[in-house]
Amino acid sequence: MQHGKYRFIVGFLAVPLGLYALFVVWPFVQSIYYSFTDWTGLSPDFEMVGFANYERMLDDGIFWKSLRHSLLFALLVPVVTIALALFLSFMINVGGRRRRGGPVISGVRGSALYKIVYFFPQVLSIAIVALLFAFAYNPDSGAINSFLRAVGLGGVQPLWLGDPDLALWAVMAVIVWSTVGFFVVLFSAGMASIPLDLYEAALLDGANRITTFFRLTLPLLWDTVQSGWVYMGILALGAESFAVVHIMTTGPGGPDYSTTVMVLYVYQKAFRDGQAAYATTIGVALLLVTLAFAAVVMRLGRRERLEY
Amino acid sequence: MGSNSAEYDGAREHGVREPGTRDRTGRGATGVGRRGLIKRSVALGLISVPTMSFLSACASGGGDDQDKAEAGKKTAKNPLGVNDTAPMEFVLFDGGFGKEYAEDAVAVYEKAFPGAKVKFSATQKIQSTLQPRFNQGTPPDLIDNSGAEQMDMGTLVGKKQLTDLTPLLDAPSYDDPGTKVRDTLRPGIVEMGRFDGEQVWILYYAYTVYGVWYSQKALDSLDEQYPETWDQMLAVCAKAKKKGMAGWTYAGKYPYYLPFSLYPMIGKVGGREVLDAIDNLEPNAWKHPAVKACFEAYYELQQKGYVLKGTPGLDHIQSQTAWAKGDALFIPNGSWVENESANVLPDDFGLAVSAPTGLDSSDKLPFGTLWASGGEPFVVPAKAANAPGGMEQLRIMLSEASSKNFTGKVKSLTAYNGGTDGIELTPGLKSGVAALEVAGENVVNPRLQDWYVQLQKEKIGVSGLGEMMAGRATPAETIKKIQAFADETAKDSSIKHYKHQ
Repeated sequence: MQHGKYRFIVGFLAVPLGLYALFVVWPFVQSIYYSFTDWTGLSPDFEMVGFANYERMLDDGIFWKSLRHSLLFALLVPVVTIALALFLSFMINVGGRRRRGGPVISGVRGSALYKIVYFFPQVLSIAIVALLFAFAYNPDSGAINSFLRAVGLGGVQPLWLGDPDLALWAVMAVIVWSTVGFFVVLFSAGMASIPLDLYEAALLDGANRITTFFRLTLPLLWDTVQSGWVYMGILALGAESFAVVHIMTTGPGGPDYSTTVMVLYVYQKAFRDGQAAYATTIGVALLLVTLAFAAVVMRLGRRERLEY
Repeated sequence: MGSNSAEYDGAREHGVREPGTRDRTGRGATGVGRRGLIKRSVALGLISVPTMSFLSACASGGGDDQDKAEAGKKTAKNPLGVNDTAPMEFVLFDGGFGKEYAEDAVAVYEKAFPGAKVKFSATQKIQSTLQPRFNQGTPPDLIDNSGAEQMDMGTLVGKKQLTDLTPLLDAPSYDDPGTKVRDTLRPGIVEMGRFDGEQVWILYYAYTVYGVWYSQKALDSLDEQYPETWDQMLAVCAKAKKKGMAGWTYAGKYPYYLPFSLYPMIGKVGGREVLDAIDNLEPNAWKHPAVKACFEAYYELQQKGYVLKGTPGLDHIQSQTAWAKGDALFIPNGSWVENESANVLPDDFGLAVSAPTGLDSSDKLPFGTLWASGGEPFVVPAKAANAPGGMEQLRIMLSEASSKNFTGKVKSLTAYNGGTDGIELTPGLKSGVAALEVAGENVVNPRLQDWYVQLQKEKIGVSGLGEMMAGRATPAETIKKIQAFADETAKDSSIKHYKHQ
């Protein structure tokens, strides 16, 4: 049996592994290879240049700025998004006051509606969200500054995306706004699978809502939170941050490089400046950052798994 | 971006793997004996050796060139010797000018060569459609390489991907066999098509007038003329401010619109050489007193509150809309603004353009000195199957009839010098033609925006001028910063460098 087992497994895995190798592993290998060349992306001839691109990258101030911003995205955006999503989904599912004749554990009043409302931004594509917020941030006639004027704060009229100190935060807020709903739904599903009797026991022991959350809900939800964390970090390093920075910010990437991120820099180098090889070099750096991020989160988050 | 999505998948794998399975893979590694290790490394070697040659043949293509069409017979009607049965492929950028003008020109080509099959397509995705074809060595015969997805011209030229258009320029023009095509073009067009050396790689078909755009009606309401000196400019702005109108606005999120009036002003104050030195990335080019004087003049607008509040956070459309509503008097822009803002410009706006205001009478060049240059760069790839066909198509487009058709349809001038008689010009176009007449020989043509895109847009534009006009940096700091950026670009060996001839 031992002998036939591998053949059996290989038979099943050959096609998916082949596809994986072709469409996932192969592009990786290729882009690493190109990072050692001087390929422009506009002509088929190029030469090997050794580590020249890497040396150049280490001396490139814009690269370091983009790396710093990307790391900030990967650390801050998931923390804020997940904290907010945990709070909201707890209130929707567990946090409600006990109503006479109702179930022991329930969400706040109107929680079914909130669930739909929170999920709403997720339905819109990130490009549309970014565009909407670009209008909202318009310092002259945008919604935010108009609101400030309407409530008598006419003296406070920030430039938002035009201000190097605010632009990055303004962009991060958009990502948080657009993704928090997804995690509310994800965590709600996770909370629904936590047995009710555990909550009842906690209530009988006199636990309040905060204790219940930290002692009961969060530990039982840990696996979901951890996956969500990695997923969110990767979104913040990749597609989402590219879309919002590219669509919303000055330049894009500014003002004064205050919002440039690694993905944007890869794009600009490859498709604006015709330096595809250097772009893949930055891409390799981005790959390392992403892998390191995933590794760190998995490592930090390792806990005993609870069976229930 | 393909490799990016791959990264997500790869890393997501890590993310969702359950804690229990991780140990198993770790233990598996220790179970490999020495023999297994040797086997594996041999296998790896076997894979990786052919891999290296395969690698170079993948995304970057094999470079098998397509067969060139045989040359046709050169006649008076066919001076470029187009093969009248060879197919011709033309890819147009489908942007603000639409595609009708090109379709009309294609129809003329088809009429001239009934045996030739013309494949015409229009797209906004120039780079994503054509970059692979350049890599494979099978590009089309004529390309309008324009728009957000423009392929970097410097790289295309540097990598010898384009055909020299000199035969076209030396061919007789479509309308008059006695005149060469090059003599029918507007000032600067031929020069702009050069990079280094005598060859002309690009033919810019549209002709753009840059300058300060304003509403004649608004100026009339202030009882003012367009200011010719900076003192007058400040006086007009002060007057406007009293009426609750800002003097200036600009595309704050894309501050590289500011040079449209700032660079010709520098040229007017300090002479053409100052702009040439800047383009040539000469050391200390930005430290010229003329640059300093013009930067200080613009900074003064900001300091005196003559720039519309909130401008640094507006994009080009938002700033143009504010200007069209009458919130601001002047905006630096190009002649496309008439088309782009058509639906927000009131009918009685009295759209007009002027050459930039100078400092005073001691300026090197007279008032009227203007930046005008080509837009819509057409190129014929070096590996095109039917390069003469591509050039013939351009020759047709440079005829008076085609040029007139273009101007009538899309409200823009073309590279063809003339072609405005007998058609009714819109207000903006009319004032553009008038401004060109006032300028005469004094048309400047700064090249940073096509030679060094990153330097011009991101570094000088956003980081330099953008910060200064938002009031966050002084002119002196800005000049120092921009000079450092220019030096950096001059030293960068991965960028191809150009010089004015």
